[in-house]
Amino acid sequence: MKPAPFDYARPADWPAALALLAAGARPVAGGQSLGPMLNLRLALPERVADLRHLPDYAGVSMQGETVRIGAGTTHAAIEDGVVPGRLGEILAGVARRIAYRPVRNRGTIGGSFAHADPAADWVAVLPALPGHAIALGPQGERRIPLAEFVLGVFETALRSDELLRALELPALPAATRFGHWKFCRKPGEFSKATACVLALPGAVPTAVLAALDAAPLVIADASALLADPTAEAARITATLALDDPWRAALARTALRHAAEAVR
Amino acid sequence: MSITLAVNGALATVAAEPRTHLADLLRGELLLTGTHLGCEHGVCGACTVEVDGAPARSCLIHAGACGGASVRTIEGFAEDAVMAALRESFSAEHALQCGYCTPGMLVVARDIVLRLPDADEARVREELAGNLCRCTGYRGIVRAILGVLAARRAAA
Ligand SMILES: Cc1cc2nc3c(=O)[nH]c(=O)nc-3n(C[C@H](O)[C@H](O)[C@H](O)COP(=O)(O)OP(=O)(O)OC[C@H]3O[C@@H](n4cnc5c(N)ncnc54)[C@H](O)[C@@H]3O)c2cc1C
Ligand code: FES
Ligand code: FES
Repeated sequence: MKPAPFDYARPADWPAALALLAAGARPVAGGQSLGPMLNLRLALPERVADLRHLPDYAGVSMQGETVRIGAGTTHAAIEDGVVPGRLGEILAGVARRIAYRPVRNRGTIGGSFAHADPAADWVAVLPALPGHAIALGPQGERRIPLAEFVLGVFETALRSDELLRALELPALPAATRFGHWKFCRKPGEFSKATACVLALPGAVPTAVLAALDAAPLVIADASALLADPTAEAARITATLALDDPWRAALARTALRHAAEAVR
Repeated sequence: MSITLAVNGALATVAAEPRTHLADLLRGELLLTGTHLGCEHGVCGACTVEVDGAPARSCLIHAGACGGASVRTIEGFAEDAVMAALRESFSAEHALQCGYCTPGMLVVARDIVLRLPDADEARVREELAGNLCRCTGYRGIVRAILGVLAARRAAA
C-alpha cells in the first residue's frame, strides 16, 4: 500500500510541463485516480509532473458564447456552480454524484476524462455534449470533439506528447433538456451502468451509454429512444455484446430511465 | 526532498521521499497521530483532513504536492467552536465506539454542518457515504450531525 519510489516535478508553465512529458514523466492532477494506482503499485512512474500549478489550469472563462473549463477544475467547483447557465446546472448535477466530497475537492474534470475509466461519470456525460477537448502538444493546441475523445478502456485520443488543457463547450440554451441515470448500490461507488440523453431545442437529441467495460456508446440520434424509451433501450442493448445478463439488464434500464428523466 | 507546508497554523519543513503520502508525513514526521489510515486508496475516509480549507484524503496526496499547502488535522480543531459542538454531540449520541473512523468523520461532519446548513437525514447519509465505520452502524453519527445542524438552525 506504499508507492514505489518516484521523483516529483512541479512545472511552472505549459512548455515546462510538455518537456517533462516528453522526458517520460507521468502527469498528475488531483491524484484521485493516479494516487490509488501509485499506492497499489499499479502505476510505477519514474517521475510525476504535478499540473496543478500551471497557469489557468483550473477555472472557467467565457469566450463569447463558448465556456472554457480548465482541465484542472475540480468536481467540487463544478458541483458548487462555477460553470454558468444551463450547462453549469447539468454539469453540477453530474459532479455532485461523483465519488465523495473529499475526493471531489481534489479530483479534476480533465484528469477524469484523460484517465478514461469506462465507469467514470464525465466519460459517460461529456460525449453527449457539443464541444471539444483542447489538447496541447509541441505543435500547439488541437481540438478533439468530445464525442471522439474516449477511444476505449483507459484509452483516449490524446497523443503521448499531449496534455489535456481545457474543455470548450457552447453555453447551452435555457430550454436544453437533459436526462441522466446511473446505477450504484452505494452513493459514490463507481457506476455499474450510466446513461444520459441531451436534447437541445431544435436539434436531434443525443445519448450516451457507458460503464460498459468499453468505450462509451455514443448515440448520435436518440429521437427513437425519446419516443419509445422501453423498446429502443432494449433494441440498442441487444446490439451490444454484453455477456452477463445482469449487465445487459442494467444497461437497458439505464437508457430507459435516462430517456424518461429528460426534462 | 524538503517540503514546507503549514500544519495547524504553524509552518513545518520536513524531509521526505516524494512517494510519502501526507498521512504518513503527518503521523511519522510530525507525530500527529490523530490522522488514521485504513485503506490507503481513497475509499474508507479514515485519513480525511482539511487541505487548503476543504476536506481531502491525506493518503492520496504525495509529499511533493503538499509543498505550500495549508493542512488542518483533527489536532488543529481543538479550539474550533463547530468541532466542539460536534464532539459533544458525538459523545452524547454514542457516535463512536473504537474511534478509528472518528477523526475523518469529524472533519467531514464539520464540512457538512458549514456547507449544507439545511441538510436533512438523507443528505447527511449521502455525504457520509465516503467514511466507513465498522462499529456504530452510523445511526449515532447521523443523529449527532443532525443534532448540531438543528441546534445551529435554532440559534440562527
Ligand atoms: C474512492 C474514490 C471513488 C471514486 N468514485 C468515482 C466515481 O464514482 N465516478 C468517477 O467518475 N470517478 C470516481 N473517482 C475518480 C475521481 O473522479 C478522480 O478525480 C478522477 O478519475 C481523476 O481525476 P484527477 O484529477 O484526480 O486525475 P489524476 O488521478 O491526477 O490522473 C488520472 C490520470 O489522468 C492523467 N492526467 C491527469 N490530468 C491530465 C491532463 N491534463 N492531461 C493528460 N493526462 C492527464 C494522469 O497521468 C493519470 O493517468 C473516484 C476516486 C476515488 C479515490
Ligand atoms: S486511508 Fe485514505 S481513504 Fe482510506
Ligand atoms: S467507531 Fe470504530 S470504526 Fe467507527
